[in-house]
Amino acid sequence: MSMPAQSEGDKLHVVTSDHMSPGRILAGRTLVWSAAILLAVMLIVQALYEFERIPFGFENWRPVLYAYLFWAIAMGLAQVLIRGEQGKRALFVLPAVLFVVSMVIFPMLFGLYISFTDWNLASLTGRKFNGLDNFRQMLSDPFYWNALKNMVYYVAAIAVEYAIAFGLALLLNADIRARKFFRVALLLPLMLSPVAVSWMVGKSMMEIRFGPLAKLARFLGWESPSFFGTPEVARLAIMVMDAWTFIPFMMIMILAGLQALPKEVLEAAKVDGATAWQSFWEVIFPLMLPVSITAIVIRIIFKLKLADIIINVTSGGPGGATDSVTSFIFREYRDRSNVGYGTLLAMVYLVLIIVFILTLMSVVNRWMRRTNQGGNG
Amino acid sequence: MSEQSTQIFWDAEPDLGFRVKWYTGRVLIYGALIFWALICLFPIYWTVTTSFKIAPDVMRGHLVPWVDFEPQWRGWRSLGLSPNTISETSTVREEFLKRFMNSVVISLSASMLAVMLGSLAAYGLSRFSYRFGFMRNSDISFFFLSQMILPPVVLALPFLILYKELALLDSRIGVILLYTLMVLPIVIWIMRDQFSAIPVELEEAALVDGLSIWGAFFQIVLPIALPGMVAAFILSLVLCWNEYFFAALLTSTDAKTLPVMVASQTGSQGINWWSMAALSTAAIAPLVVIGIVLERYIIKGMASGAGK
Repeated sequence: MSMPAQSEGDKLHVVTSDHMSPGRILAGRTLVWSAAILLAVMLIVQALYEFERIPFGFENWRPVLYAYLFWAIAMGLAQVLIRGEQGKRALFVLPAVLFVVSMVIFPMLFGLYISFTDWNLASLTGRKFNGLDNFRQMLSDPFYWNALKNMVYYVAAIAVEYAIAFGLALLLNADIRARKFFRVALLLPLMLSPVAVSWMVGKSMMEIRFGPLAKLARFLGWESPSFFGTPEVARLAIMVMDAWTFIPFMMIMILAGLQALPKEVLEAAKVDGATAWQSFWEVIFPLMLPVSITAIVIRIIFKLKLADIIINVTSGGPGGATDSVTSFIFREYRDRSNVGYGTLLAMVYLVLIIVFILTLMSVVNRWMRRTNQGGNG
Repeated sequence: MSEQSTQIFWDAEPDLGFRVKWYTGRVLIYGALIFWALICLFPIYWTVTTSFKIAPDVMRGHLVPWVDFEPQWRGWRSLGLSPNTISETSTVREEFLKRFMNSVVISLSASMLAVMLGSLAAYGLSRFSYRFGFMRNSDISFFFLSQMILPPVVLALPFLILYKELALLDSRIGVILLYTLMVLPIVIWIMRDQFSAIPVELEEAALVDGLSIWGAFFQIVLPIALPGMVAAFILSLVLCWNEYFFAALLTSTDAKTLPVMVASQTGSQGINWWSMAALSTAAIAPLVVIGIVLERYIIKGMASGAGK
C-alpha cells in the first residue's frame, strides 16, 4: 500500500524537519508489520476452521474484526513514527478512508460473490456457485422489470415536485410576515420518518371508510374512493406521500439559492421595466439553473432509494404496481430468504444507477456549457 | 369639495390599479402559503388528535377536540403513557422505551462518529494534498461523495451475512456502523464547504505561534467550524432516526429501533387507531421538536449543499 506522499500543492504549507531517526522508522515498520501478521494469521486460522480443515478456531469472526481494528490503529501510529509531520497529516483522512473501504469495498466484493451463488438462508443444503443462473432468472423475471419501470415513473414525478418546491421557495423568499412560522411549517414533513408517514397518511388518512382524505374525495364527487385499489391510483398515492416528505428538501436548497442571487441583477431587471413574469423566466430561472440541477440530482439519488413507504403501505401491491426495486428485493429476502438472487438484482440495479447518473451528469454538463456559450455569444 | 382642497396629491388612475394589484398579490401569496402550511401540518394535527379519540370519534370523523369530541387518554393508556398509567408497570411502555432508547443511542452515536470522521477527512482534504496510489485529493473526495449514490439495498444482504459471521447481527454497534457509513458522505460534503470558507492565514498564524497541525485544528479551526458541525450533526441525526430499511433487516429483538416497532404495529392491528396514533406521535415528537427549535441549523446544513 502506498502512502500519501509529500507534494507541493498543500494549501496550508508547513515547514518541517523530515529527518526521522532510523530507530523510530524501524519501530514504526515493526509495529505495522506485526499487526498485519497478527491479522493475517487470525484470518487464515479462522478460515481453515470454518472450512473444517483444523479443529481449533474462534466461535465467530469477531476476533478477526478486533485484529483488523488493531491493525488500523497500528497503521495510524506507524504513519506518525515513520513519516513524522507528513504522517500526522495523513491521520486526518486515514480513519475515514479505512472506514469506508472496509465498510463498502469489502462487502461489495463479498456481495459480488454471493450474487453468483444460489445462497438461500432457508435451505439446508448450503450454497453453491451457480454461475449466470441468477442473471438468466433476472432476465425472465417480469416483477423485476416491472419494478424498474415503476422507478422510471417515480423519478419522473420529481419534475412536479421540483415545480412545487420552486414555487414555495419563491413564496418564502417574497417579502412576507411570519416568515419563520411558514419556514418551520413547510419544513416539518421532512423531519418525519417515512414509516410514521406511512401510517399517518397512507393507512389512516387514506383509509377508505373513515380517513379524512377519503371523506374529502367523496365530498369532491368521487363516489367510492380507494387509494390503493387500481395500479395507477396506488402509484400516484405513493408518489404523493413521498413528495409530501421530500418537497421541503428541494424547497430549502432552492430558497438558499434564491437568497444568494445578486440583488443588483434583480433590480436592474425591475428598472428595465420587466414584469414579474418576465424577470422570473429571463433572469431568476436561468441564474438558478446550477442550484436547480444540484437539487434535482440529489433528489433523484434519494428517490432511487425509495422503499420505506412502499414496504409499509402497499408492500408492492396491487400486483406489483407500486413496487420499487428496493422494496421488491426486500420482499425477495423477507418472503423467500433468497439472498443470492436478491443480491444479484441489487448489483444490477447499482450498475444501472451508476450508468444513469453518469449519463445524466454528462448530458447536464454539455447542456450547461452550450447554454453558457449561447448566453455569451 | 372641502376634502379636495386639503389634499394636494391624488392617486392617479394607474396608481390605484397598482395598489389593487399589490393587494391581490399579497392575498395570493398568503393564501398559497397558508394552503401549503395546512397541507404540511394537517397530517401531524390529525395524528396527534387521533391519539386522544375513541372508536365512535374516529368513525364519525370528528376533527376538533372539545368541540367535536371529548379527548380521552385511550391511545396513551394502551402505550402505558397516560397520566393514570404512568406510575404503574406496563410491558408495552417498557417495550416502547427500550425501542426509543435504541433509537436515541444509535442515532446519537452514529451522527457523532460520522461528524468526527467526516470533519477530520474534510479538513485534511481542504488543506493538504494527498496521494493514495493513483488517487489524488479530488479522487478521494469523489470516492467519499460517490457513496451517496450507493443504494442501501446493495449493501443490505451482504451485511446481513457478514454481521451474522461477526456476531454483530441485532446489535447496536452493527447498526451504528452502517448508519455512520450512510451519513458520512453528507457530513463530508457539508464540512468541506465549511472548512474551505475559513481562511488558511488563521492556521498559519497559529503554526507560527508554535502550535502543531492538530493543535491548530482543535484550538483554532474547530471553534470556528462548530456551527457547521452542528448543522451536519442535526441533519445526520434526522436521517438516522428515521432510517427503516437497514434496521428492519438487521435487527430483531435487542437492537430494534423505533421505526421498526411502528412498522410492525401497523401491520398487526384492525381499527385500533388511537394506540397507533399515540405510537406515531411519540415516534415523531422528538424530531418535530428538533425541527422547530433547531430549524436554523437544518436549513444551514442543506443550504451549504446548494452553494456548490
